[in-house]
Amino acid sequence: MAEAGDGLPEKLCRTCAVALSVSGVGLALMTSAGHGGTITATDGPASMMEDLQATLGEGPCLDASNDGQPVLQSDLAATGPARWPGFTAAALDAGLAAVFAFPLQVGAIRLGVLGLYRDTAGSLDRPQLAEALAFAEAATTILLSLQDKATPGEPLHPQLAEAVESRREIHQATGMISVQAGVGMTDALLRLRAHAFSSERSLIEVAKEVVDRRLRFTPEDDHHE
Amino acid sequence: MSRERRLASVFVELADTLVAGFDVIDFLHTLTERSVELLQADAAGLILVDPQGQLHVLASTTDEARLLELFELQNSEGPCLECFTAGQPVVNIDLAEVQARWPRFQAATTAAGYRSVHALPLRLRGQVIGAMNLFCRDRSSLSDDDIAVGQALADVATIGLLQERTVRHGEIVAEQLQGALNSRVLIEQAKGVLAERAGLGVDAAFAVLRTYARRNGRHLSEVAAAVIDGSLDLTTSPSNQQSR
Repeated sequence: MAEAGDGLPEKLCRTCAVALSVSGVGLALMTSAGHGGTITATDGPASMMEDLQATLGEGPCLDASNDGQPVLQSDLAATGPARWPGFTAAALDAGLAAVFAFPLQVGAIRLGVLGLYRDTAGSLDRPQLAEALAFAEAATTILLSLQDKATPGEPLHPQLAEAVESRREIHQATGMISVQAGVGMTDALLRLRAHAFSSERSLIEVAKEVVDRRLRFTPEDDHHE
Repeated sequence: MSRERRLASVFVELADTLVAGFDVIDFLHTLTERSVELLQADAAGLILVDPQGQLHVLASTTDEARLLELFELQNSEGPCLECFTAGQPVVNIDLAEVQARWPRFQAATTAAGYRSVHALPLRLRGQVIGAMNLFCRDRSSLSDDDIAVGQALADVATIGLLQERTVRHGEIVAEQLQGALNSRVLIEQAKGVLAERAGLGVDAAFAVLRTYARRNGRHLSEVAAAVIDGSLDLTTSPSNQQSR
């Protein structure tokens, strides 16, 4: 499917990283169940930061999407730990010092987030902020034009479907855990997340174990095998 | 007020309606009314093509003008249609001289008391999205300046309409995208729920969901939601048992 428009998300992230002198840029989808998968991320820390936020269910990108406004964290070491304890610790470990997250939205409809990760602290100045907002707007346009080019009958453009597909086991495991533990989807996802966090593994890894039936959760019991 | 100044104020008025709370019908009514005023016509009607290629009468200054426009569409003849098809102004039409060209249109407009008509296209670059008809009770003749004024009004209207369509289209695509993303999540969750309840693998669970949805003519995401909230039990359904 080498049609016009392919490669645009990648190009946007690379250009954005250079233009704003940041260490990495990630473009992620957001769904009703939180992080909806990374469409693309530049080389470096961005991809890991996206996965981290998906695993933890916390972080600047999720807040930006939930609040419908940019999250500008210019000094992660100073203010991050109180707001996102898990995310901040790992981001600092990865050598990052500032994060800027911009929601991709059309009116009240929230589709994704553009995340900028930088290894030095400090605010974006006005021209930089204007440029970052312009990149976020361009990213929204790219998402819409990709979706606009989806084959009739296919609900999602392949590149967007791929991002969601990359997280399918997490949703499947959530469904299984909800039956095993007798809880709703939100609680089931929290149980999965808590297990991943306490065993220091990624959410997707733990989810695959659940789907393969190598890990089960039990009702009203925090000691899952 | 000189016509130039009046024209300037009309442009401001049209531009003003392009901002928040844009209403297409209001906007087109303003356009037809001001065109009648500035070009000394007696009535105006406007047709617009929808995304499926169908023409509709969207605005008119009088009911009579609206009927004449509808009449044109029904009989597939008349200056507005010709203007729309060619994307060029069709102006200074003396109705006494077009009996052979548009027999039914000529009869209807003459019976309504008009002597001449003009039609201007709504177009931007190559794209023609409609046309505006001006009806005059006198034998009126538009100068090149008049035509330029009328076309400028039609051009402003076209830009406004295309912009509105773009914005609305973006919202529709965004809604579809959000809907598709959320239903993906729902379907995966439902696979997990059914796999666990029925003791199946997730792929087998998906086959059951899909078979049930197809047999019952329901959307997959709808079936997924019902499985998740427990209102639909597919662990013992015939489609489950039949599916290998």
